[in-house]
Amino acid sequence: MIEGMEKIVGEHRFFADLNTPTIELIAGCARNVVFQAGEYLFHTGDPADEFYLIRHGRVALEVVAPGRSAVTFQTVGPDELVGVSWLLPPYRWMHETRAIDTVRAIGIDAKCLRRKCDADHDLGYDMMMRFVPLLVSRLQATRMQLLDVYGKPA
Amino acid sequence: MSDQAAVLTRDGLDALIAALARAGYRVLGPTRRDEAIVYDDIAGVADLPEGWTDEQDGGRYRLKRRADDALFGYVVGPHSWKQFLHPPRRRLWRAERTGENLAILPEPLPETRFAFVGVRACEIAAIAVQDRVFLGGEYADPQYRARRESAFIVAVNCGEAGGTCFCVSMDTGPHVSKGYDLALTEIATDGERRYLIETGSDDGRAILALLPSRLATDADRAAATAATDHAAAMMGRTLDTAGIRDLLLSNLEHPRWDDVAERCLTCGNCTLVCPTCFCTSTEDSSDVTGAEAEHTQRWDSCFTEDFSFIHGGSVRASGRARYRQWMTHKLATWWDQFGSSGCVGCGRCITWCPVGIDITEEARAIRETSSPGVTT
Amino acid sequence: MDTAVDPMVPTVAKVVAARQELADVWTLDIDTGASGFSFAPGQFNILYAFGVGEAAISISGDPAQPEKLVHTIRSVGKVSDALVRLKPGDPVGLRGPYGGGWPMQAAAGADVVIIAGGLGLAPLRPTLYRLLAERDRYGRIIILCGARGPSDILYREELSKWRTRLDVEVEVTVDHADQTWHGNVGVVTTLIGRSAFDPKKTVAMLCGPEIMMHFAAVDLVKAGVPPEAIYLSMERNMKCAIARCGHCQFSSDFVCHDGPVATWARLGRLIQLREI
Repeated sequence: MIEGMEKIVGEHRFFADLNTPTIELIAGCARNVVFQAGEYLFHTGDPADEFYLIRHGRVALEVVAPGRSAVTFQTVGPDELVGVSWLLPPYRWMHETRAIDTVRAIGIDAKCLRRKCDADHDLGYDMMMRFVPLLVSRLQATRMQLLDVYGKPA
Repeated sequence: MSDQAAVLTRDGLDALIAALARAGYRVLGPTRRDEAIVYDDIAGVADLPEGWTDEQDGGRYRLKRRADDALFGYVVGPHSWKQFLHPPRRRLWRAERTGENLAILPEPLPETRFAFVGVRACEIAAIAVQDRVFLGGEYADPQYRARRESAFIVAVNCGEAGGTCFCVSMDTGPHVSKGYDLALTEIATDGERRYLIETGSDDGRAILALLPSRLATDADRAAATAATDHAAAMMGRTLDTAGIRDLLLSNLEHPRWDDVAERCLTCGNCTLVCPTCFCTSTEDSSDVTGAEAEHTQRWDSCFTEDFSFIHGGSVRASGRARYRQWMTHKLATWWDQFGSSGCVGCGRCITWCPVGIDITEEARAIRETSSPGVTT
Repeated sequence: MDTAVDPMVPTVAKVVAARQELADVWTLDIDTGASGFSFAPGQFNILYAFGVGEAAISISGDPAQPEKLVHTIRSVGKVSDALVRLKPGDPVGLRGPYGGGWPMQAAAGADVVIIAGGLGLAPLRPTLYRLLAERDRYGRIIILCGARGPSDILYREELSKWRTRLDVEVEVTVDHADQTWHGNVGVVTTLIGRSAFDPKKTVAMLCGPEIMMHFAAVDLVKAGVPPEAIYLSMERNMKCAIARCGHCQFSSDFVCHDGPVATWARLGRLIQLREI
């Protein structure tokens, strides 16, 4: 069972070219999960206890505001990752995540991984160096979306 | 030219202007108006600014009386010949709408033939620059061609340089070597004011044949050469053109652009007086019945805020970007587009800039403090 | 070439059909007469709306069908607004075609990645028609489209139709959507990483807002596509389309004539400078 999880974790694009000991560390916090279409993986404000490496299916990242219907600002699919807020206090999700189709994913226990990062700073640094570029590219994408480049000129 | 040069008196010059008028040309030349020397219709030498000269510097132009009675004792004023060859406003075509039918009516070719009297070497060069713009490439302008091919050019060799002149730096003068039908040099040695006249075309030869003249002597020719040498030696400005295209294009983020941006009003005077600036815009209008419409072309300037307007905003919104565009086009990218510099060293942009921005000084400042970099 | 012909004078053509594509976008089919209208994919025309003015509009039809000239127009100003109001039977002034087109020759034998944002698919559609008509000449054909929202996807039915072909990949993404949209949401560059193409044997053609093309080109370079194999269609203010009025200049280039298509190798440095 554990061997299988290491293989799955090692094959996911997000953790590509990790060395075996590191894969083992992460796999130790991992489990297989399935979400049905329409099911929420998490809601805004929920404790960021588990983040997901998507293997099949897609999820929609949404923002909600009172009086407005949910707006999807990003979809995430196979070989991609959802959930970054687990890295930093207050460890709470900042958006909604809904399964669009049936989603099979690897759930990584965030508390487990945070403990291991605290104990092993090399692991912690590696995680940071993997997640920060993802954050930056999401931030950049959000800026582009904010510019409304396809919108009607003023 | 293997022709013998000739010499005209003042009366001979008068006869030249009359002969051109009789030959059906609209004769234009320098004349004094509104405290400047401008180009307008002239009927004879009496219309020329006899005994006047111009004092020019950055943002400064004044006419002053000369001690002599020279007819061409000044350089160039706010006008250039482009206003005749490339009019500030002209209708391109008319459209007529009747029901579901639309007819486009092009303009006939112009009938007026111009004779320009008093064209300086820098202006000959400027006309040649605009010839490449309007006649080069696959979309030659037939209206420009008609005006240009029928124009008769009487050039004048400068005997003095102006305060903002730098034709020597741009290799366009002061001596006129080509591009004219007739070329005059005003000389006044031995107490005798006279005009050396050289021919540059069959049309020029034909007109000269109608005028009272005598053959030029060696003394006449020497005096003429001395006059242009004198002009060449007293240029008001210099511009180092060595590698200037690469210099400017590898310094597009130079702090000097911020510096000039603080002074530049983006008034566009420079583009109006520059004899090579050619940018235009088009306008449409229709009559009240909606049956007839006109499509008109008018001068435009890259200094206007909406020159580069697209999708709700201008690409070059700041004055900094617009000044940079003008100067880099004039001295650098013009080479890529037309195979020559866009600047002929006439100095008008320096004289007529209300704050005296000097293109030669801006180029010098960038050259002296530039970093070698990647050119596009 | 008849030297007396004034290149600024349009001919008159007739609108034969008008279709609404999106809230502010219409497509006109234009009859230019017996000999039809030949053009290369990526070229544009200057269209004249009587009494209002001229505008540069890309040609969006099939180059193999010169008898029908097709223009997709977005109403963004007074001229385009007048053009989208034209009805079958109305006359329209026309001059063109202008500009250099997309690099069809260079694409032969390569994977072709088409990235279109917003109305950017309009100048690229003629290319797609050509690519699909000579499918054997090319490797993978990948079409990536970005739009504001699900109701802003241009040529949606056609895209869906192409999507059903087994030899073409079509992916669409929108900037934001509500829960009724089950497709991708996110900037169009996110689709690049999800596509499989051989970066060393790819020709990419990009059209859309400049900033979108800029970041798409950067991501393609990161994915290993050489800058000289990435083509962008630039857009600037145009009045004449014959490299005469000066408005469309982008450094040395007159976009109307030296462009509008240019490689990232040529544009890259300039696009990253402010206000060139």
